[in-house]
Amino acid sequence: MRTSGFKLVLLATALVFMVVGVAAAEINMTMYYPIAVGGKPYQIINELIQGFESQNPNIKVKAVYYGNYDDTRTKCLAALKAGEPVQLSVLFSIDIFDLLNQDIIVPWDDVVQTDADRAWLKSFYPALMANSMAGGKTYGIPFQRSTIVMYYNKDAFAEVGLDPEKPPATWDELVAMGKKLVKRDANGQVVRWGLSIPSTGYPYWMYQCLAIENGLELMNKAGNEVYFNRPESIEALRFWHDMAYKHEIMQKGSTDWGTLRQQFLGGSTAMMWHTTGNLTPVRDGAKFKFGVAMLPAHKRRGSPTGGGNFYIFKKTTPEERTAVLKFVQFMTEPINTAKWSIGTGYVATRPAAYETDLLKDYVAGFPAATVARDQFEYAVAEFSTHETARVKKFLDDAIQAVLSGKATPQEALNKAQQGADQILGGYR
Amino acid sequence: MNPKIARHVYGWLLFAPAAIFFILFTHYPIVRSCYLSFFNNPRGVQPRRFVGLANYAYLVNDPIFWQALKNNLIYAFGTIPVTVSLAILMAVWVNRRMTGRAFVRAAYFTPTILPMIAIANIWLFFYTPGVGLFDNLLKSMGYSGRNWLGDPDTALLCLMVIAIWKDAGFFMIFYLAALQGIPKDVIEAGKIEGAGRWYFFRRVTLPLLMPTTVFVVFNALINTFRIIDHIFILTKGGPDNATELLLYYLFQTAFEFWDTAYAAVLTVVIMAILMTLALAQFKVLERRTHYQ
Repeated sequence: MRTSGFKLVLLATALVFMVVGVAAAEINMTMYYPIAVGGKPYQIINELIQGFESQNPNIKVKAVYYGNYDDTRTKCLAALKAGEPVQLSVLFSIDIFDLLNQDIIVPWDDVVQTDADRAWLKSFYPALMANSMAGGKTYGIPFQRSTIVMYYNKDAFAEVGLDPEKPPATWDELVAMGKKLVKRDANGQVVRWGLSIPSTGYPYWMYQCLAIENGLELMNKAGNEVYFNRPESIEALRFWHDMAYKHEIMQKGSTDWGTLRQQFLGGSTAMMWHTTGNLTPVRDGAKFKFGVAMLPAHKRRGSPTGGGNFYIFKKTTPEERTAVLKFVQFMTEPINTAKWSIGTGYVATRPAAYETDLLKDYVAGFPAATVARDQFEYAVAEFSTHETARVKKFLDDAIQAVLSGKATPQEALNKAQQGADQILGGYR
Repeated sequence: MNPKIARHVYGWLLFAPAAIFFILFTHYPIVRSCYLSFFNNPRGVQPRRFVGLANYAYLVNDPIFWQALKNNLIYAFGTIPVTVSLAILMAVWVNRRMTGRAFVRAAYFTPTILPMIAIANIWLFFYTPGVGLFDNLLKSMGYSGRNWLGDPDTALLCLMVIAIWKDAGFFMIFYLAALQGIPKDVIEAGKIEGAGRWYFFRRVTLPLLMPTTVFVVFNALINTFRIIDHIFILTKGGPDNATELLLYYLFQTAFEFWDTAYAAVLTVVIMAILMTLALAQFKVLERRTHYQ
């Protein structure tokens, strides 16, 4: 009797401790995020997180930078498989179908609770939601999002007698101005190209601009059909090829995604197409006057959106989901979105952010910052299908083969279409 | 306990720590990869299912695999002879009395101690068209620049140059050790017989370096299948698969395409190649020992 009484006391004590423990429990959150461009995004993320933790002392957020989008996704999958706690992450918006096939994410519609939350879900630019929704549900909250813009060297424009305030607005103007901007030395060697479009890293993304401008979206909404070898797509790739081989305003072969900014800043190309996520590093590094313009139009204007979204993982407790929601709502508050946009060049994802004094003042002094946002009007979803990386590779290979003169656009794109159909056939 | 058994137990206990790690991190993954290569690629909504040789059939019909294999062979047979010749040359060069010998040796060895990622980043800017080192050099001599990494005809060559630059110094160390192991009496005998320097090198030094050469060649060969860090920085396998090497393709398949089944197949292929090389090396080395 004595022992069991003693046990009872022990048990009761343990229970009391447990209850106290739960009441004071901290919620720990781990988030992985990628950085696809230069600059110091991690500093801003850390500052924002500190702000969040001081408002919510019982929630601790561990944010881990994990390389590019692929590295981050790999790390997430590995962590989830190994049972390590990770509740949310910033991952590539176009991974949505694959994350769904893996059955590891839940829609934010199931996480939100109040009407205010639901209104928040609808408060982002509609152009950004195209890559964030599937089957009518929202799986991604736009965070580090971009469009492709054209950076141009105003000094070079002035030097060759072009109006620095009038960047090319059509393909024809692009070629004509590009020709003027090419500069050769005494031996006839090119020291400055008219235009550079990167074709490593994300070739399909740049190609999508040309296809959209030529009036074609490359895939359907369900992500199980692609249109690589339509006449419009072939013509778009031929135009890219011709800029190098026929009009000679662009270097032959492929152009590196990573070093292009240095080439632009070093003056060896007068115009470049690149993500708006590069805006702040370009602003900080340019020793000349530069401008930012929307991409030129052909049949229409256009750019795909790009970048990363917040995803919340299935393996989360209700308490964690509430905390994650709170955190993501904090990160997308207009003022924080504004800070993030100024620090990186990524687009502020909500119209409300542009109503903050902070962003208003910034934009007034630096009008280039709104170009990417204004382009939303013409933006379409970034290329995204089931098994997106593999399907993308067919397209990437075709683009690089054509740009290096190893295949005609027709041949290369037919081959890419075949490869893609083989894979996507299983998802129709 | 019976002392004989005790000795066996003792031996196995000594062997156990290494064996456990080997089984856990080498043998088990090998067996598991072979096993997985006969299944489909499981996803959250689609369970694992036995598919027999279907993945291998895909391999045979996969043009990117064949391109990667071809690239790997070009890469190996293009780099190894040059690396080995350079290593011998440098070793002979620094294996004599000269002022600043330590400095020259260290200079040759420096590329080896740098991490491949750092090297790739340095060379990335050497190769960058327009603003890079090579283009600037060419321009100063009046030649036109090139899009080194952006042209399928030169991209793989550019990677090979880096491999040679990095490895030659490393293999030099082995040759230097071997040169210093050549017995003095052989050298003296050569001198007394009046052998010329080139004759002596060709008929005495080179044959005595053979075991080192066998070792170096096989290790270099294995390295060409193992070391792909620079591809991540420089070309990502492009343009149009011109620099796709087998291991990089395996990485893409596993971590970009999330296709663990096909990645297992590629693992099996690479393993088969490496095991064949390793076995061949042991066979050849055995014969060389008899020769000595």
